[in-house]
Order: sequence, then structure tokens, then C-alpha cells
Amino acid sequence: MKILVCISHVPDTTSKINFTDGETKFDTNGVNFVINPNDEFGLTRAMWFKEKQGASVHVVTVGAPETEPTLRKALAIGADEAIRVNTPATDGYSVAKQLAHIAQEGDYDLIIGGRESIDYNGGMVPGMVAKMIGANFVNTCISLEVDGTSVVVIREIDGGKETLNTSLPLVVGGQKGLVEESDLRIPNMRGIMQARSKPLHIKEPVTAGAKTVATIFEKPAPRGAVKLVDTVDELIDLLHNEAKVI
Amino acid sequence: MSVLVYTESENGSFKKTAFEVVSYAKAIADTLDTSVTAISINGGEASELGVYGADKVLEVSNDMLTKFNAEGYADAISQAAAQEEATVVVLSQTANAKFMAPLVAVNLEAGYVSNVVAVPQSTTPFKIKHSVFTNKAFSLTEINTNTKIIGLGKNAYGLHENSAAAVAEAFSPTIKETQTTVVSVDKATDKVTIADAEVVVSAGRGLKGPENWGMIEEMAAILGAATACSKPVSDMGWRSHGEHVGQTGKPVAASLYIAIGISGAIQHLAGINSSKIKVVINSDPEAPFFKAADYGIVGDAFEIVPQLNEKLKAFKAQNA
Ligand SMILES: Cc1cc2nc3c(=O)[nH]c(=O)nc-3n(C[C@H](O)[C@H](O)[C@H](O)COP(=O)(O)OP(=O)(O)OC[C@H]3O[C@@H](n4cnc5c(N)ncnc54)[C@H](O)[C@@H]3O)c2cc1C
Ligand SMILES: Nc1ncnc2c1ncn2[C@@H]1O[C@H](COP(=O)(O)O)[C@@H](O)[C@H]1O
Repeated sequence: MKILVCISHVPDTTSKINFTDGETKFDTNGVNFVINPNDEFGLTRAMWFKEKQGASVHVVTVGAPETEPTLRKALAIGADEAIRVNTPATDGYSVAKQLAHIAQEGDYDLIIGGRESIDYNGGMVPGMVAKMIGANFVNTCISLEVDGTSVVVIREIDGGKETLNTSLPLVVGGQKGLVEESDLRIPNMRGIMQARSKPLHIKEPVTAGAKTVATIFEKPAPRGAVKLVDTVDELIDLLHNEAKVI
Repeated sequence: MSVLVYTESENGSFKKTAFEVVSYAKAIADTLDTSVTAISINGGEASELGVYGADKVLEVSNDMLTKFNAEGYADAISQAAAQEEATVVVLSQTANAKFMAPLVAVNLEAGYVSNVVAVPQSTTPFKIKHSVFTNKAFSLTEINTNTKIIGLGKNAYGLHENSAAAVAEAFSPTIKETQTTVVSVDKATDKVTIADAEVVVSAGRGLKGPENWGMIEEMAAILGAATACSKPVSDMGWRSHGEHVGQTGKPVAASLYIAIGISGAIQHLAGINSSKIKVVINSDPEAPFFKAADYGIVGDAFEIVPQLNEKLKAFKAQNA
């Protein structure tokens, strides 16, 4: 089985979010970039398929050269090869177009992405890739088992979960549950050394018109100070009469 | 030209989000000087959508769509958009809507923006505000395609009554066999889900252990609320993963979010930012959550929560 894991290079979860150039660009100053958490669960599940079922695992990111350390980290975790599509990620549709091209060119059986990226939170790229290449698609995937070309997946639904049967070729939008938090791997020295000599292919982008453009960013308005109360009676009164939420 | 809105239902009745997306679609249709067409798959009474502004309701009843299937639903919506010459397609952000939205976008070669928080700032060019960086910021994004797909965040617009004819019309899309079939669904039917809830009662590591969740469940029952938790609580297996809220868990856009024994780490706050009123109960006055809350009580949850439950019960009995 050939697996492609789509990796989004995102600011780590503790990052302070600021913008520059008249609030038109994300300020990367002092920001530490990581593998998108949802993608890391998917990558770790892919490692399981590699170790238990002999799958080969490639990772791909659509992005500028500064995303390469993130790809190297994925190689250090154990991916066999990495691909960087040499163009900045602008909108979900154009990123999906690039990934669909890579997916078809490499004839992958299973494509694992994340439910959403924690930067632009589009929650759209994996579904778009699936539709573009005519593969099956399951989103919010929390369990994935492959036997030959048959696949059993569990997806999270609002208030529960749903078990589905499907088949390869398949694209999933994954999240925690694909593996547990405790299964995530911190690259060791050996992995980091090996990653240096693993292939990292740079591919030029195909034409893919963006359909949306972010024009300006804004931060939420600062909130008023908290009202501290001493008794539960006061709290109930405020929730009822002032906030009008109960 | 029209605005098409997908109105989601469960067991034959519309969900509350269906009324919210129709209210929102009506606002856009007014700006564009056009009408609202709803598409309803095995849904409730068309007239219920008229109350919020649907001029026409395409009713789909198709055996292949009895259970949700993303491809089939996406095809039905795409075909309806084509028939109605929709320039804007409005969806909610439920798990199912988020699942199929990207498929609709590819079908229609349309720009899709998710987590939208307001009506478009302008329609030529079409600019719309949506939350990004897990609610730590907003982006004003321009959609350049003829057809625009909008995923409206829960509680972002609210319900607005209107009165429109809601003329029901049968609609029979062509649905292909899919290779993905549902084997089983595991869903507690008696519990309010985080996605649907107006009130969410959430607790963290301050509760010390899973055996102490009885009082949290009780508060949720009194308020008709969903229960939720912080990430470590689900990582330790005290509560199920489905309850984990935050940047790497579920977003919560409730009217009222009550956080008990949760410190208020940045990743937790990111997920609950779009909730309206936040109440914190924490024994540490320095807990960062107090900076993000509207109301707070500094104190021991094991004393306060039982008292609060008693008083809430009395309050509910009086105001029922
Ligand atoms: C990559 C990454 C992603 C993450 N994503 C998320 C996420 O999505 N969601 C999330 O929640 N976290 C997330 N976290 C974890 C986050 O950083 C915090 O560790 C976590 O939110 C803390 O959970 P907590 O508040 O329950 O526990 P703690 O931080 O241990 O806080 C417990 C609180 O309970 C209070 N307390 C103790 N006893 C009592 C009592 N008797 N009565 C009242 N209060 C009491 C304490 O004062 C304290 O404030 C993430 C972390 C990382 C690194
Ligand atoms: N620039 C990118 N390169 C590779 N994969 C991406 C990129 N952007 C998004 N993805 C994948 O698509 C998923 C969902 O992203 P999004 O649609 O941006 O929320 C991510 O978790 C990744 O798996």
C-alpha cells in the first residue's frame, strides 16, 4: 500500500497570533512552526501501516522553502520520502489542486490529511482532493483499518460516532483517535540523522487558480473585565437578568 | 439567480441550525435582491422554513439518501444549485455539512469559505468575515467565483423571523451508488450534543477524577446542557474524546459556557472563543481563565457546584 500524508505547516498551538503589513500578513516573527496536530495523528497511523503492513509512506506539503524543516521532522518520525510543492499555500482549492496532482502522479492508495489545519481552519482540502481524483472520502476519521482494498473507518459525528465500510483509493480527514496522544512519536537522534539523507523532492506547481483571497485580518475585540461574584445566588441572577442566557 | 440553503434535519424534523441558515440566507438574498430556495432532504414541513424567509423549498425524498452519505448529499445540493442558478450556497457547520461542503465546492467549482461569522461585508467584490487560527483571529476573505459557498458558524447569525411563502416543490436529483456504506451509528439519543447545545458545562483536571463528574452531569441535566471537558481529562480517559473541546478538540459556540476546574490554557480558550457568555469556577484566583470570562467565582468546585445545582434547580422550577 502506498500512503501519502498531507502535512500542513502551522504555528504551534501556543503561538500569539499577530499580523503585519497593514494587517494583511500573518506575522511569523518568533513563531515556532510544527506539523499540524491533526496531520501528526494521521502520520503516526501511517507509521503503523508501514511497520505492520509494509506500507510505504510519503509526506507532502504545499509551501515555500521555509516549510522544509516540518517535512524533515515527518521524515525523522519515519516517513520514507517527502515532497514539497514549491508554491505558497494561498487558498484551499488551489492547495487541493496541487495535492490532487501529486496524488495522481504517485498513484497512492490511501491519502491521509487532517480534519482541519489549525491556521486557516478551512476543513476543506482533503475533501476537495478526494473529489478531484474520484477517490472515496471520509472526514473526522477516528479509526482506520485496511485489509487488502477493503477499509473500515469510524468517523466522529455530532454526539457520537459512525462506522463505515469503504474501499481504496481513499482520502481521509483525520484527527485524534486515529492514534492516541500517547502514541505520538518524538523523533530520536537516529531518526533525525536518517531524515537528512532521505529524499525530499521539490516539485513545481501545476496551474491552479485560487478561488478565494484573504484580504485583511483582524483580532477579536478585547473583552471587558470579568465580574467576580461571591455567591451562587448572585451568579444565577446575573445569568438570568443581565446576560439573559438562562 | 437565487440563494440556495441546505436545511438539515434529523429524524424528519429540522434542526435549529436549519432555521439559522435560512435566516442568514434571507439576509443575503435581500442584499442581492433575489429569493431564497431551501433544499431539504427527508426534512420537516416546508412552512417551518417560511417563517425564516424561504421562498421555495425543494423537497428531496430518495431511498439512497435516507442515511447521510456525503457524496449523495453533495450531489443533490450541487444539482439544486445548478437548477436554481444559485450564486450563493449556504451550509451550516455541523459535522455532516463540513464533510460534504468541499465536495459541493469541487462539483460547482466554487470558492468555499468556512466558519463564517457575519453577513458579507460587500457583495461586489464578495467579501466575507470568518474565523481563522482557531478563533484567535478573523479574516476578511474575497470569493472570486460566480458561485460562492458559505459555511455559517453556529450561533453566528441567530434566528430572524420573516415571512415567506415556502412553496414546496419535489426535487429528484440523480444520485450515484457510493462505495461508502454506514455499518452502524453509535449515538446517545438522550444526551444533548456539544454541536447542538445552547449551554455547555465543562470541567477540567481540577475535578481530580472521573468519579467526581456526577455533579457536572447533574448541572447539565438541570440546564439541558451538553457536557464537555479539557484535553487532559479526555487523554487520561476520565471522559470520552468526543467531549474534548479546544483548539485540537471541538469548537464550542454556545450561548453559555460554564468552565469548572479548568485553568484556561490558550489552546482551550481558542476552542470556546465564539461562545457568548463564559462562567468560570476555579479555586485559583490567578487562573488565566478569569481573564477570558464574563462571570467568575473563586472557590472550591466541590463546595460551589453542589450549591449551584440546588439553586439552579429551584430557579428552573420557578421559571419553568
Ligand atoms: C499541541 C497542544 C494542543 C492542545 N490542545 C488543547 C485543547 O484543544 N483543549 C484543551 O483543553 N487543552 C489543550 N491543550 C492542553 C492545554 O495546554 C492545558 O494543558 C489543558 O487545557 C489544561 O487542562 P485543565 O485546565 O483541565 O488542567 P490544569 O491546567 O491542571 O488546570 C486545573 C485547574 O483546576 C483548578 N482547580 C483545582 N482544584 C480545584 C477545585 N477544587 N475547585 C476549582 N478549581 C480547581 C486549578 O486551579 C487549575 O486552574 C493542548 C496542549 C498542546 C501542547
Ligand atoms: N499547504 C498544505 N500542504 C499539504 N497539505 C495541506 C496543506 N493545507 C492543508 N493541507 C491538508 O489538509 C488538511 C485540512 O486543511 P484545511 O482545509 O486547510 O483545514 C490539513 O490537515 C492537511 O492534511
